[in-house]
Amino acid sequence: MALYNSNRGGIIQIIIGFVFVIIIGQLISLQIFSNKYKLAADNNAIFRKIIYPDRGIIYDRKKRALLENTISYDLVVIPNEAKGVDTAAMCSILKISKEEFNKRMIEVIVKNSRVKAGIFEPFLSPELYAQITENLYRFPGFSLSERSIRSYPYNTAAHVLGYVAEVDVNFLQKHEDDGYEMGDYAGMTGLEKQYENVLMGQRGVKRYLRDNKGKIQGAFEKGQFDTLAVAGRNLFTSMDVEVQQLAEKLLQHKIGSAVVINPKTGGVIAMASSPGYNPNLLTGNQRRRTIGSLLTDTARPIYNRAIKGQYPPGSTFKPMGALIALDEGLIAPSFGYNCFGLYSACGDPRKCEHHNAGHAANLQLALANSCNSYFLQVFRMAIDNPKYHNAKQGYLKWKEYVNSFGLGRKLGIDLPSENKASIPDTAQYNKDFGNPKYWNSCYMLTLGIGQDRMTATPLQLANAMALIANEGYYYTPHFVDSIEDEDEDDKAILSKFRTKQEVTKISSDIFKIIKEGMHDVTVYGTAAGIKVPGHEYCAKTGTAQNPHGKNHSLFVCFAPKDNPRVAVAVVVENAGFGATWAGPIGGLLMEKYLNDTLTSESKIKSDYLAGVDLMPQSIKDWYIRNNKTERLAPIEYNNDELSDVWDMEMVSENAPLPSKKVDTIKKTIDSGANKTNMPLPATPAPVIKKDSAALLNKKKKNPTTKNVKHTKSK
Amino acid sequence: MSNTPNQNNFSKGTDLAVIILYFAMVAIGILCIFMVEFNPNSNWSNSLIAGKNSYSKQIYFAIFCGFVGIFILLMDSKVFTALANISYGVGIALMLATFVLGKNINGSKSWIPIAGGFNLQPAELCKIFTALILAKFISKPETDFTKLKSHLIAGAMIALPAVLSIMQHEMGLALVYSAFLFAMYREGLPPAILIVALSFAILVIATLLLEPVILAIILTVIAALIILSMIKRFKRNRNTILLVVGIWAICFGTIRYVVPYIFNNVFECYQSTRIYSMIGKEYDCSQNNKSVSASGKQHGKKPDDYNVKQSKIAIGSGGFWGRGFLKGTQTRGKYVPEQNTDFIFTSLGEAFGFIGTATFLGLYLFFLFRIIRIAERQRSTFSRVYAYSVVGIFFFHIAVNISMTIGLFPVVGIPLPLISYGGSSLLTFTVLVFILLRLDADRQMVLR
Repeated sequence: MALYNSNRGGIIQIIIGFVFVIIIGQLISLQIFSNKYKLAADNNAIFRKIIYPDRGIIYDRKKRALLENTISYDLVVIPNEAKGVDTAAMCSILKISKEEFNKRMIEVIVKNSRVKAGIFEPFLSPELYAQITENLYRFPGFSLSERSIRSYPYNTAAHVLGYVAEVDVNFLQKHEDDGYEMGDYAGMTGLEKQYENVLMGQRGVKRYLRDNKGKIQGAFEKGQFDTLAVAGRNLFTSMDVEVQQLAEKLLQHKIGSAVVINPKTGGVIAMASSPGYNPNLLTGNQRRRTIGSLLTDTARPIYNRAIKGQYPPGSTFKPMGALIALDEGLIAPSFGYNCFGLYSACGDPRKCEHHNAGHAANLQLALANSCNSYFLQVFRMAIDNPKYHNAKQGYLKWKEYVNSFGLGRKLGIDLPSENKASIPDTAQYNKDFGNPKYWNSCYMLTLGIGQDRMTATPLQLANAMALIANEGYYYTPHFVDSIEDEDEDDKAILSKFRTKQEVTKISSDIFKIIKEGMHDVTVYGTAAGIKVPGHEYCAKTGTAQNPHGKNHSLFVCFAPKDNPRVAVAVVVENAGFGATWAGPIGGLLMEKYLNDTLTSESKIKSDYLAGVDLMPQSIKDWYIRNNKTERLAPIEYNNDELSDVWDMEMVSENAPLPSKKVDTIKKTIDSGANKTNMPLPATPAPVIKKDSAALLNKKKKNPTTKNVKHTKSK
Repeated sequence: MSNTPNQNNFSKGTDLAVIILYFAMVAIGILCIFMVEFNPNSNWSNSLIAGKNSYSKQIYFAIFCGFVGIFILLMDSKVFTALANISYGVGIALMLATFVLGKNINGSKSWIPIAGGFNLQPAELCKIFTALILAKFISKPETDFTKLKSHLIAGAMIALPAVLSIMQHEMGLALVYSAFLFAMYREGLPPAILIVALSFAILVIATLLLEPVILAIILTVIAALIILSMIKRFKRNRNTILLVVGIWAICFGTIRYVVPYIFNNVFECYQSTRIYSMIGKEYDCSQNNKSVSASGKQHGKKPDDYNVKQSKIAIGSGGFWGRGFLKGTQTRGKYVPEQNTDFIFTSLGEAFGFIGTATFLGLYLFFLFRIIRIAERQRSTFSRVYAYSVVGIFFFHIAVNISMTIGLFPVVGIPLPLISYGGSSLLTFTVLVFILLRLDADRQMVLR
């Protein structure tokens, strides 16, 4: 009986073996042929925490930090773990409604999925932070995440520094390989954007093991896969906080821009654009509230006019026109033009500011007096240069010169979205006037005095001054002089700022002549009223006509005359005469940089200038319409009065009609004494010296009695 | 030598391979539990001595079981035949006692608390007693196991504890009793019964997978085809056609009434749900009469396939070579529920990968085949039936437990023999193995 059915033992073995084979088969499919389980396990258990490094700091030339990092806290939530949250308490702390709570939750889920932490409320204020930490146990799934944000101790240089903001979808697509994630912050404008790679540092990743309840168990694999965060590297710029602050102060309540460059290095000392904004308004939770109104502001406070604003250079172009003519051998320094207040060689007469004979008897005089006729003539000579057969060839040669001065092309400053402004192409004139065979120098006559289609950015103008100051070369304007722990890549970036740009072959003798002329401008010429204590300087004023209203006030200069250390360009939109508004601002900026301080007289002047409101009426109206009266200047000025003022200024400048050079100097010094203290020639100087505040108040009730109307050249 | 079994040399005649495998398995089990419980932040050697962790408790259980094993080896084989009936009676009595004394652990009232905070699960022990009484019954000279009557008596012996287990809400333990089919089959149970059982299982699965209408049509078509193809034979014998029609009717009844009845009245809601979720369907618990009467305990905490999902992730993430000892993230993060008992296989699969699981299964296969070999070398029917019962129980546990962790079988709470944490379970399997070893040592004897 024992052996009966004994073959069944074998069958049982087969059955057992068969089941084991099925199990092994399933194990093969699970363990060998599918990767998804490994991934799923990692998703389950490995919690990646990104460690954000501190962003690099940006310093000025004296190692003062233009911006710093401060700690802020975000309230973050992992939606999957937010169960049993005391919603009512949370809502009352954050002062939001239940609906808003749900809306934000959904936003977080959409942005970051259910299992990743998403930001529920960014940048908690200290009070909120305290309230939430106290009650955090009531909000499972919520936690506070530390984040460093920017702060700006000097409240300055907003346009240059730029801001950091949360990356958006576009940004992520553009920087796919750079490892940004939703919710990260990156530099969006200015130096923050330009040097993002340097400033951001290297993010670290820590991996933790977490259990089924999301509790952290400890480091994954003892941290051997963790990467350390590497702090962003610091930038050392050529900026000077005090000059920058002064520039911004002087430009307040005006629209315009000022650029201060060190011609020896190309380093930008200050770059202001007005209206501006306090950079602290765009950090932390301030940003939400401010950015909208800044973006919609009709005066465009976010727009960096120093590199994007396109202004007709007006008379500030004249030294360059002279350079071309001298280099081409068209004129000698002694070349004179007999101007009687009109240039009518092209038919339709163009007016000049001066009538007296001999004001353009030679190049220096013409520069000093800014004679339009002279430079129109010089321009025509350049275009109609017999060397180049026709006007088009002549024009191309002229354009080549102008481009070489850095106008009409991007200079390559280390800021994003620099504008190249415009030196018009022949194509544009062909379009307007037909075949170049038929057009001649008269068609674009006013290019010779920086009008017509010529535009330049304040940066380009300052750079052109640096070029003249250096007698033929410049360094590409830049902010960053050096980067902390420079590596090869950084050196490659900075090398272009460290190489001399010798773009013209004009001999330094010719530059010396121009410099002399520009020096005369400051001695007895249009800028004779503007002095830099302790320094001789060279300058050129400009009053540029423009289609947007009153003339722009321009001023370009460099100082000291010998061995220049600073070059400045100032533009004040729709303000009037160059020497009245832009001039004093430029003078003060030079003084501040060269002397490191202002004389008490200059201080009074700077306070006065800072208070002057030159906002165009249309912008003021807009502010009033949009309930943004806080943007208006505290003291209102009657613009009509002011217009009288600048008209008069011109007259006063016209007034000295020098027959002899010495004579002129004397006279301008006299009238200059007035102007140094205040730009209102009608107001006696002692008033200001007594009390500048009194002056500010008085100013309004101080109608100019003289009513000499000046008819401007078209 | 077989005449002096209980003298000094108790190890004489015992099968060394099985003993080695037994200890290897227990050691692997402790290792797996250690992996599950390991916490790098606490000193494991301290907690080992303190006996607070599962693995340290399991070590003490194992030492205790070692003594029990030695004790069994020192006993006389005749004791087992002599005590078979009584022990079965005691076992059944204990199971009945649980309804009175029972302590509720994990929703099943199958535990009797005993001294020292330990609990005893009589249903576990009943497996041994059932194996013994089955062996005793079949080995009786008056039993002719080719007769249906014998089959029914044997079936009743097995069914009694199984039914009691179901009443204790221990579906897994109840299923284990089907493992005795191996022994019965070996002793002459007609294969037709197994085939019918298998067909029934296929029919149940088909019922779950297919729409009842489609399945009914398929069955009708099959029946019609059989009748058509064998039409000549039917003309000779009218009865066969009735047989086919009868089978068709039974199948139809199964689909229509039996399967829904099983799912709604025999299985509990969670069990039905698990089975349905295996094939990717949802079970409507409102239909379930049993769980309504038991007034649903803890439902809806986690999705029902959570266990299996996490368990598959754990095993799958092991890959070919495994993640390494103590490096499994699923295990460390406690993602797999019940990981040191029913899902202990996952920690092995995660840490040691396919190499580990395949080796482990190889060991177990060797173990089972070794016991079959032992069974076939017994002179007495008692020993052989008992040996096959042991094979059946072990095999059923291993197959069902591992299948459920890798998603081949619905989750039923049965442990992995010798590996899972738990004193009752370890003791049961130890006693099963060591009685077998004792019987095998006396294989020349004819026991009745």
